Amino acid sequence: MNLQLLQEVTAFIWQEGDMLDHGEYDTWLGQWTEKGTYIIPIDPKQSDYENTLNYAYDDHHMRGLRVQRLIGGESISTSPQPRTVRTLSRFRVLSDDGVNVTVRCAQNVREFRKESLKHYSADLTYTLVRAAGSFKIHRKVISLINSNDTLAGIGYIL
Amino acid sequence: MSNLIPAVNLTVDPAALVQHDRVHTSLYTDPALFDAELQKIFHSTWVWVAHESEVPDAGSYKTTFIGKQPVIVVRDRKKAINVLLNRCRHRGATVCEHKKGKTNSFVCPYHGWGYALDGSLRGIPHPESYGDCIDKAELPLVSLRTESYAGMVFATFKDDIEPLEDFLGAARKWMDLFMKQGAGYGIKVPGEHRFRFPGNWKIQLENTTDAYHFPLVHKSFLSSVDEQTLELFDFVKGPGYVEDLGNGHSVMVMIPELVDLEADLDKPIPERFEALAAELRDEGIDEPQVRRIVRAVGGSGFNLNLFPNVACSMAFFRVLQPISVTETEIHHSVITMDGGPAAANRYRLRLHEHFQGPMGFGTPDDSEAWERVQKGARAGEDLWIMLNRGLPGETPSADGLVSDVSAETGMRAAYQQWKKMMSA
Repeated sequence: MNLQLLQEVTAFIWQEGDMLDHGEYDTWLGQWTEKGTYIIPIDPKQSDYENTLNYAYDDHHMRGLRVQRLIGGESISTSPQPRTVRTLSRFRVLSDDGVNVTVRCAQNVREFRKESLKHYSADLTYTLVRAAGSFKIHRKVISLINSNDTLAGIGYIL
Repeated sequence: MSNLIPAVNLTVDPAALVQHDRVHTSLYTDPALFDAELQKIFHSTWVWVAHESEVPDAGSYKTTFIGKQPVIVVRDRKKAINVLLNRCRHRGATVCEHKKGKTNSFVCPYHGWGYALDGSLRGIPHPESYGDCIDKAELPLVSLRTESYAGMVFATFKDDIEPLEDFLGAARKWMDLFMKQGAGYGIKVPGEHRFRFPGNWKIQLENTTDAYHFPLVHKSFLSSVDEQTLELFDFVKGPGYVEDLGNGHSVMVMIPELVDLEADLDKPIPERFEALAAELRDEGIDEPQVRRIVRAVGGSGFNLNLFPNVACSMAFFRVLQPISVTETEIHHSVITMDGGPAAANRYRLRLHEHFQGPMGFGTPDDSEAWERVQKGARAGEDLWIMLNRGLPGETPSADGLVSDVSAETGMRAAYQQWKKMMSA
């Protein structure tokens, strides 16, 4: 097991999680490759996300719009903004071809907004590209364990 | 299937709770009224259960609910669509727990009674103990009366109500128009967003013909679209209209130029569709069909509300399911062109994700507004919900009544049907 790589990707993903919990969205947007996609699928058996209905399938443009919606103050479902704390663990490097690293980990998010505490568990699968001594996110797939159940509005970035 | 046990003893007269321009707050909050609605509305009229494309082949099925009763919608070997109560005739267990799938039969997991796709009881394990005291022909899965129009499948517990087509009445021509967004390929429902909100089902029913809320509640969505789309959605002061179509159905035309998607095919392709049009041409699709697809890809310019539980809403089906007096489940079923070009269908999928669902730019704000209605309605229990917007300009039309695009005419239509059914 390449523990140094594991430590590197873990540190990168923890940092990303910390940015999202603390609203550092501009920095977060900079973590991505130009063609990177942020995906929250519905059907756990599906892998052709592009040709399937998802909760989110965001390219660079849509990620920017999503951030703007969260901070713009025009949306009643995100004002007040939800507070989140996410815990990331169980990191495993699935593949590494020298350029791209695929990592899977577990995420538990606690969300609090307006008298209500909610909990979302998900498998996260990242495709990371080595860049300038660190990584860029080329793909992030958030597979909620209850993705095919009814959900409530999620007014933040998973 | 009309011998349901009357479970409701209302102490209030529902007719007194609906006036022509307002409804009483208790319509959102009274559990006794909710129980009465299940019986007098959801168990007494045509309720939408599926689009035909959701059960394409023999053995394809989906499970859903009529009111709070679990049902299976399944296509049998003769290609007929059956709507069956999801309840074994032996001791009551559900015979299917999957949302959708394909099967040869339904077998109860408790004692193994097996049913064919038309609901008939085929097999009882170890039948000898029954001797001659059981007749399989008497114990099929209960099959509901099922009829379709324009690919939309409805079922009812009542054998004695009017045929579906009569119930839909003037709404049928709008359903035909809505299906034109298939661009000649036909309509397919390949998935849906499902979410719940803590509020009464009628709050969602009203919303489908509520143009008034759009610029305010959906401000963040409007900030996220291009100039042309923004213009298109600036409809509150525009020439659109709301029309009462009878039997509780209504249509809200927001964008009149997008009522008939097969008209004006020779007009210039809007700039926002240029990239898609180029992609379609590159695939070898001829120019007339490119124009047809591009015109249909964004959906229709109207919302058609079909009482009590489904709407043809611009580019998707909006389905509501009552859970309790203060909770409702909503499904936003995405529509694609069945066998149409992948590029066009991707456009539709991304469009749906942009507005709909728990992470859409529209749905969560609707949901928040509805939640606020339910919460606020706990105050002032003797107050009324006002529905008088657009009354002064309301005039008779060929199909009913018509008023301006942000009139509450559609809501008034739904509540008049509610009153009629609840008073029956």
